[in-house]
Amino acid sequence: MTKEQLEKIASQVRRDIIRMVTAAGSGHPGGSMSTADILTALYFEVMDHDPATWKRDGKGQDQFILSAGHLAPVYYSVLARAGYFPVSELGTLRKLGSRLQGHPSVRRGLPGITQASGSLGQGVSVAAGLALAKKMDGDKKHVVYVLCGDGESEEGQIWEGAEFATHHALGNLIGITDWNGQQIDGSTESVCGGGDLQLKWQAFGWNTVTADGHDMEAILTAFAKAREMGKKTNRPTMILFKTDMGHGVDFMAGTHKWHGKAPSQEQCSEALAQLEETLGDY
Amino acid sequence: MKKYIDTGKKDTRSGFGEGLLKAGQADERVVALTADLKGSLKMDAFAAEFPERFIQCGIAEANMVGAAAGLAIAGKIPFIGSFAEFVTGRVYDQLRQEVAYGQTNVKIASSHAGITLGEDGATHQTMEDIALMRALPGMVVLNPCDYNQTMQATLAAAKYDGPVYLRFGRPSVPNFTDPEQPFEIGKAYVMNEGKDVTVFCCGHLVWEALQAAEALEAEGISVEVVNVATIKPIDEDAVVASVKKTGKAIVAEEHNMAGGLGEAIAGVLARKCPAPLAFMNGEDRFGQTGKPAELMALYGLDAAHIAGKVREIVK
Repeated sequence: MTKEQLEKIASQVRRDIIRMVTAAGSGHPGGSMSTADILTALYFEVMDHDPATWKRDGKGQDQFILSAGHLAPVYYSVLARAGYFPVSELGTLRKLGSRLQGHPSVRRGLPGITQASGSLGQGVSVAAGLALAKKMDGDKKHVVYVLCGDGESEEGQIWEGAEFATHHALGNLIGITDWNGQQIDGSTESVCGGGDLQLKWQAFGWNTVTADGHDMEAILTAFAKAREMGKKTNRPTMILFKTDMGHGVDFMAGTHKWHGKAPSQEQCSEALAQLEETLGDY
Repeated sequence: MKKYIDTGKKDTRSGFGEGLLKAGQADERVVALTADLKGSLKMDAFAAEFPERFIQCGIAEANMVGAAAGLAIAGKIPFIGSFAEFVTGRVYDQLRQEVAYGQTNVKIASSHAGITLGEDGATHQTMEDIALMRALPGMVVLNPCDYNQTMQATLAAAKYDGPVYLRFGRPSVPNFTDPEQPFEIGKAYVMNEGKDVTVFCCGHLVWEALQAAEALEAEGISVEVVNVATIKPIDEDAVVASVKKTGKAIVAEEHNMAGGLGEAIAGVLARKCPAPLAFMNGEDRFGQTGKPAELMALYGLDAAHIAGKVREIVK
């Protein structure tokens, strides 16, 4: 897919996010907006996957784990747009009986969801287990991706997972950090997430790549580089994407205030006016 | 009184070790993970025979749970092993999200459970683990009574499709059940039939209850001993059938009074067969340093105390 095609999909994904969260009246638009370009690139260009044959065990395909489960809106939109389930279902987010639970669940039969998440800091461990299984089964072709927030990286278990993945030489594990510098109570710097995340991952033995998480070309290059580094070194790789929380809507961008708040109807209209409808709203 | 012979004292954790090896031989999907306690969990034989299926996680239990969930999603049957406190209380949220809610086929091998861990003291003697694991939707909770039954319960856990909490202990204790008897998840075992009172028990307390029953037989008191080796799902029919016959019951367990086997039995009887019921447990206390036998006596969990409680309740 061309860079332009991917950008068009990402614009529709952002529209979906705004509409879904507005309709639900609650949810987490900020981080979903900041990772829309990354997840679009991943599901529409980078990953070797097939919605038609997808199974939870992930055999014969690349796998993705969303560690930061509150990014459910972007995750659901990308999965639906990629063909895992009907886009019409996006409007059921957070409603009683919906397969689109507030945070991802494996109990509702929603295709594409490999593991539940929501309680933070656990996805690197799960992804490491999946990557280790691929290695044990002799699958040298496929990799496992895991997406974490930068605020989430204050969780200690992230770093337990980091040392485990290095120790077990998981070159087939690729981490993605949404490095937007914001978390629910304020900037990561002001809350408790000071220090250089890249140096932290390097200290735990990971390869690191940094890139602009809103530049489609840079995103694709970063993923290609990460795969190559992992293969060459037999070490896990973390891609740190510099992003803006709320990216794509001027009044939401660059602040923690939209981490976990739904727009009003007026704010929704104002936001949608800034986002091109490219694939048709659900 | 049915006679049980102690064929030689053995630790229940070694029963797990043998069961794990056999499960690994029977099914190549079985893998074992530990957080730097391979020797304590008796995983050495498995690790030696299947080095590529033994996964050392270091002292990082939370990650071990997540990694096991990942392995299970990919089709493996992971056993995670550590001390009871560190595979329950320390990682409750991980077990909740990744194993119970996440519906992964992970087996939690929980050693050194209860007061009989002994000298290490209260930080390591969890008396709350059964309560925590019972509270998780869908979690199967097992506490077999000796080496042989722990070995069989391990095999049963490997075959069962779903999360299992398998609780066992550190000290060497009498080994008296049939090594060939397959373990049935969900079944309570009537170890001795009696008519005056039922003693429901699990784990190390089963042998103590049988010793008490033997002593009481000489006094003309007939004690039914029921080994509730599956605490969840509890064998409601067996619990009710026994109490309908005896009319009163005692529950003996190496656990805090809150949320353990005692409350599980009380719940069944309150709903289906109200009857006088007495509890023998750690009450609402922590453990302390001491030899296992000293602690069992101090906390009122040995055969002598069980016999005393029976005399009280049959009066």
